[in-house]
Amino acid sequence: MKEFIQHLKSFLKEHVRDYAMFIALLAIMAVFAALSGGDFLSPVNISNLVDQTGYIAVLAIGETLIIVIRHIDLSVGFLSGFLGAIAAILMEFHHFSALTAIIIVLILGTLAGLLNGSLVAYLRIPAFVATLAGWLAYRGALLLATRGPGTIIISNKSFNAIGNGFIPDLPFSQNFLPGYHKLTLLIGVVGVILIIYFSLKNRRKQIKRGFDVLPWDIFIIKTAFIVALLLYLTFTLAAYRGISWTFVIVLIVTFIYSFITNRTVLGRHIYAVGGNPEAAALSGVNVTKITLIVFASMGFLSGLSGILFASRLQSATTTAGTLFEMYAIAGAYIGGVSAAGGVGKVVNSLVGAFVMTTLTNGMNLLGIDISLQYIILGIVLASAVIFDVATRSKGR
Amino acid sequence: MGTPLIELVNVSKSFSGVQVLFDVNFKVQPNEIHCLVGENGAGKSTLMKILSGVYPYDEYEGEIRLEGYPVKFFGIKDSEKAGISIIHQDLSLVPEMTVYENIFLGNEIKKGNVIDVFEEIQRARELLSKVKGENINPTSKAKDLSVSMQQLVEIAKALSKNPKVLILDEPTSALSEAESENLLLLLKELKQQGVTIILISHRLKEVLQVADSITVLRDGRTVAYFDCKSEEVDEKKIINYMVGREITNLYPPQETKPSEEVALEVKNWSAIDHKTGRYLVKDVNLNIKKGEIVGLFGLVGAGRTELGLSLFGNPYRYLIRGEIILRGKKVHFKKPGDAIKHGMLYLTEDRKEKGLILINTIRENVTLSNLKALAKGLVVDETEEIAVAQDFQRKLNIKARNVEVKVSTLSGGNQQKVLVAKALFTEPEIIILDEPTRGIDVGAKYEIYMLMRQLASEGKAILLISSELPEILGMSDRIYVMSKGRITGELKAEEANQENVMAYAVS
Repeated sequence: MKEFIQHLKSFLKEHVRDYAMFIALLAIMAVFAALSGGDFLSPVNISNLVDQTGYIAVLAIGETLIIVIRHIDLSVGFLSGFLGAIAAILMEFHHFSALTAIIIVLILGTLAGLLNGSLVAYLRIPAFVATLAGWLAYRGALLLATRGPGTIIISNKSFNAIGNGFIPDLPFSQNFLPGYHKLTLLIGVVGVILIIYFSLKNRRKQIKRGFDVLPWDIFIIKTAFIVALLLYLTFTLAAYRGISWTFVIVLIVTFIYSFITNRTVLGRHIYAVGGNPEAAALSGVNVTKITLIVFASMGFLSGLSGILFASRLQSATTTAGTLFEMYAIAGAYIGGVSAAGGVGKVVNSLVGAFVMTTLTNGMNLLGIDISLQYIILGIVLASAVIFDVATRSKGR
Repeated sequence: MGTPLIELVNVSKSFSGVQVLFDVNFKVQPNEIHCLVGENGAGKSTLMKILSGVYPYDEYEGEIRLEGYPVKFFGIKDSEKAGISIIHQDLSLVPEMTVYENIFLGNEIKKGNVIDVFEEIQRARELLSKVKGENINPTSKAKDLSVSMQQLVEIAKALSKNPKVLILDEPTSALSEAESENLLLLLKELKQQGVTIILISHRLKEVLQVADSITVLRDGRTVAYFDCKSEEVDEKKIINYMVGREITNLYPPQETKPSEEVALEVKNWSAIDHKTGRYLVKDVNLNIKKGEIVGLFGLVGAGRTELGLSLFGNPYRYLIRGEIILRGKKVHFKKPGDAIKHGMLYLTEDRKEKGLILINTIRENVTLSNLKALAKGLVVDETEEIAVAQDFQRKLNIKARNVEVKVSTLSGGNQQKVLVAKALFTEPEIIILDEPTRGIDVGAKYEIYMLMRQLASEGKAILLISSELPEILGMSDRIYVMSKGRITGELKAEEANQENVMAYAVS
């Protein structure tokens, strides 16, 4: 027992930063659950929460890489709104199919990102200014696109399913566990098995290489905790209508970006440019190219965000995208990205984005006045960053 | 002998469980120059940070006595009040601020609530003349000064607080020999004026030149105290205490002869600063043969680094004239990546700013320059990567728990070894080493010299840029001397000596 407490202490000391976001998210959820008498944790609300986070989450992921290479992108909010309107116009007025409209919007987004990136990388304009210009221009473009009708209603069913639909259930299984979405359960269980398998494999590998690993007791607790969380989420979603398409998209984006940042040459070069651009350049890393790629990816994700939001609302509005960039940047910072560059994890930013929407969702549910909501969001953001800075400087 | 001005008694200090100082005793007599020497990681800087209040009273064990009385410092302000000023190893001027603003930063002279600019400039001028920096304009920006001038400004800044004790941590590591010489004269003069000086330095010749007494630290323990007035001290004696073993030869002997085949030839090479239009490098012709170590000597500002960088893909976009001929073929590098692809590598003199990514691990730093070699498709093979990093850790004797340790936590010598490992991983044929042993201790230096010899015997061509004359003389097969952007002399190793090389350097 004594040994266990010892392990726990050193674990908390060394890894408090890595898991603080998760703990904070759970704490916030617990508070809302208690205050709302359980409404907050109802399957329908959790499902809602996930979908509400989608369009912010993808932006937060893109913004993470931008901040890692020591830049910022303010244009993404209205770019996302504008691109959503483009998708609506293409489908409603020019009768494009949903797929073609989506592809066009994603390409346009990437090009817009490349434009920002070129201003920053070639012309050496500070990213804050270059993207502030974009923020203004896209806001105007959005107003222009929605002039006349004001709101463009989207009637394309398959497009709207992205923001409102759910994955189909397994056929021939009506009698087994009625009331639950079976495919969701299956995915959740497979996910749990994979997590356990890979954690064990990874641990063995690290021991073999002589690296420090968590002691067994802590390792088991940590894994059990993650598994429990995943199972809870699975059952809650399955009790409603299963995994939404939005959630599928967010998971895929998160997976791809995690993989790129953690495992590929490109990812390593991105962190190198952020950690010390001069050293990276002298190591043969093409800093210009990396900057372009990161901004292009941000533009691509803005397009995706625009699609998610437009399809969720089943329309394009004049105010779409307002403040998205701020929520995304806040999410990234809550997730522990460092403005000094070179530090920040995609998954943590996803959690950061969840913290932001959880707060909004929960406070709406409790009927808290909007003015107070903004103040609370501000306090949470400041506290998260204060905590981050405090724990960072400790690890000498 | 009377009461020491400063005495540290049984000082111990740990960082997160790792003890770095063990019951250290240290004393300084009033009005002397006391030198603190030891290998990197011996604990010198830590000890001085305790003395200057950077580490507050409750973070260490032991006692600080000032003129015999115990004192407690809870911060730098306390030690400054007690008359102790420290100049840290890395210069800490604000580049965009003027000299006088820097000097009085945090100690502004005020008239009412407004800064008295004229008084500050006037006082700055007085302080600068005290440190023999009369030619420094108090209103120029710090970034426009040379390193040695910045050093003088730092000292002026420290003197503005009227210290009894001035601590200098490696003040000469970034200076050329002539500049160091001036600095040492200045220190002696300050001593005359009644300032007690504690000097940390790796350059033992300088230490012996100015020291009244010397403390040697090794692995966090005091291992020797010399009173230079009453006993004979020489370099060898100090080194023995520093490393705990006898080093018979500072430079390993040459084992193989260089071949006749030219690896790199540079013809009529000029580099021009595009902003000022000034020639940084002018009409340089040189060649390096396979298996040869060519020394490039010059004082600071001679254009050595600019030459190295302009050859290595020109990352700072100087205007370039001339040609590079690599193994008989003319080549043109647009960026450092091109040079690396052609088997050339430049090892920067500034490992913290331009060489390493301090927040990353040893593994990530070592493999960065050639990550593609470890990739299957686009994915980095981490198993292979770790194997590579561990291999280098073993070969270069990098002292760290494992390769997942952040580079920022390593000592200077070990950081330098990581930088060298990073260079070697690109498997270069031509290596430009810019001050490869700056600021590292004797033991680590020797290991890097050994490695250079080994690389040469494998047929690599090495250009050794250095402002340490003994290093150039000890290691080179052939020596080029640079002055004001031009090559002013070329000497074979057997005909070179301190005097003729220096003569070319100042011509």
